[in-house]
Amino acid sequence: MNQIRKYMGLVWIALALIAGYYLIVSQAIPKFESPKPEDRIPAIIYAFILTPIIVGGLLVFGYYAIKGEYDIYEDKEHHLHIKED
Amino acid sequence: MSFQTEKKGLAGIIAASSVGTLIEWYDFYIFGSLATIIATKFFPSGNPTLALLSTLATFAAGFVVRPFGALFFGRLGDLIGRKYTFLLTLVIMGLSTFLIGCIPSYESIGYLAPILVLILRLLQGLALGGEYGGAATYVAEHSPAERRGFWTSWIQTTATVGLFVSLLVIITVKGSMNETKFNDWGWRVPFWISIIMVAISIIIRMRMKESPLFAKVKAEGKISVNPLKESFGHRLNFKFVLLALFGATMGQGVVWYTGQFYALSFIQNTLSVDVSQASKLIMWALLFGTPFFVVFGALSDRIGRKWIMMIGMLIAIVSYRYIYSSMYDAGSVKAKTEIVDQAKTVIKTEADAKHAGDSVRTTTISRVYTDGTVLTEVKKETLHADISKADPAKDVKVTKTAILDKSSFWKLVFWVFVQVLFVTMVYGPIAAFLVEMFPTRIRYTSMSLPYHIGNGIFGGLLPAVATFLATKATQANEAAAKLGEKLPYDKPFLEGLWYPIIIAAVCLIIGVLYINGEDNRIED
Repeated sequence: MNQIRKYMGLVWIALALIAGYYLIVSQAIPKFESPKPEDRIPAIIYAFILTPIIVGGLLVFGYYAIKGEYDIYEDKEHHLHIKED
Repeated sequence: MSFQTEKKGLAGIIAASSVGTLIEWYDFYIFGSLATIIATKFFPSGNPTLALLSTLATFAAGFVVRPFGALFFGRLGDLIGRKYTFLLTLVIMGLSTFLIGCIPSYESIGYLAPILVLILRLLQGLALGGEYGGAATYVAEHSPAERRGFWTSWIQTTATVGLFVSLLVIITVKGSMNETKFNDWGWRVPFWISIIMVAISIIIRMRMKESPLFAKVKAEGKISVNPLKESFGHRLNFKFVLLALFGATMGQGVVWYTGQFYALSFIQNTLSVDVSQASKLIMWALLFGTPFFVVFGALSDRIGRKWIMMIGMLIAIVSYRYIYSSMYDAGSVKAKTEIVDQAKTVIKTEADAKHAGDSVRTTTISRVYTDGTVLTEVKKETLHADISKADPAKDVKVTKTAILDKSSFWKLVFWVFVQVLFVTMVYGPIAAFLVEMFPTRIRYTSMSLPYHIGNGIFGGLLPAVATFLATKATQANEAAAKLGEKLPYDKPFLEGLWYPIIIAAVCLIIGVLYINGEDNRIED
């Protein structure tokens, strides 16, 4: 299963790129080109807030998956969250 | 060391925390529920600057300010404690809501009115961003591990109950006066009521003690110096923030928005059901569905959080199209048989008060259907004295309002209830799930951000993206019909559902593959 988790990382990276394309081309650009001034607000939000969060988040998630950060082991100690110093 | 609190004391803690969170949701929802009337008072149409401010109030409160509030108050909660932070969010929310109800209209004070509304709406979003994480963390840190899902599920009911109470208060106030009075000043009453509820909640919360786990961390001098850096700048924690977002809250957000808000919008806009009847319908569904938050929260203590949430998402994914198709069959007049000889038409022509010389012709057609449903179609046409000014796109406005018969009404209640059931499956256990992912010293910050991105952004995008998809499908059908070709979409109104289906499906795969779901310890 851990191998699948790693390979699927590539899927998440691909999905990040598709989501980025969709958000920019289908949502942000038509709103930037709209003659209505109020459309600029969602355009800015799509382009500069949502896209970086969604695309950036999925890219990093995919990268972590490929690196094996989300591998699951029988030993529960592996899954302890961040340790206190 | 154990921090188990006596059951009775714990119930008091849950009640005190839940009431405050419920009031925050109530405050947030009344603005949305009264959006139409607020628009007429503060953002009248035809003014581009006001349209811009209105869009800012709508988008910014959900998309930008909520996650920012999660970061700001999350950090504060990890630095100074849960109790004082979620007390602060309650004060900000309560005052903002009360003041929205006090602002004179645009007609009285001009641009200052919409600017004040915008500022207060942003403060509401900020406060909401900080509230939930604090309440969930506070309750979880008091709860025994084996009952954490049950106790935190009470916090999970607040969002739905808040919506229920907001609809109830609005309907009650509306029912106690005529429409003119409500439109004049009555709409302000739900905002004023908030201050009483907030004041009571503040008194209750002031008496509460700090979370025992946070107090321990503080006493040991282990409080985080920089919770933001530790949460998001440290790979070991940041990977769990991403997992919480993409493997749980993203799917939960779209299932929640579909079940509560998209359903309401579908009933009002696609099925043209009367606003008041649609609100009552949603209220019944919420009333029947809400206890299941606690049922699934408690069940998650026995069989784990992960699989309840994942099964909830799976059932939602495979059944949404069927459910909405059934809702259409139950509520749309297109699926009903009209009693043609009972149709009544009334035509009235009056002088246009805004433009001298012009007149407005109002055609009201009432149609009765065999099951008792009544559809009222009002067509308003502006008749220009100067024919060269005529613009068919702007001059003709048609509104349709259906009052459903009992059978159709309860069928729709059932289908919305089924969707609320999915919401309870994905949302009931999620507070305990998120709390268990992160350590005490940075828990408030770490769990708040994925929650508000999942709900505020992925859930908040639903109306825009779903409308975009449904409109595209309708336009494609219209274009094909013009060319005499076969229609590409059998039911274009279902196309908007692809957004929650795809997002929930991605979330489901990530959740099933990557969430461990074994570790429910929160003591560090």
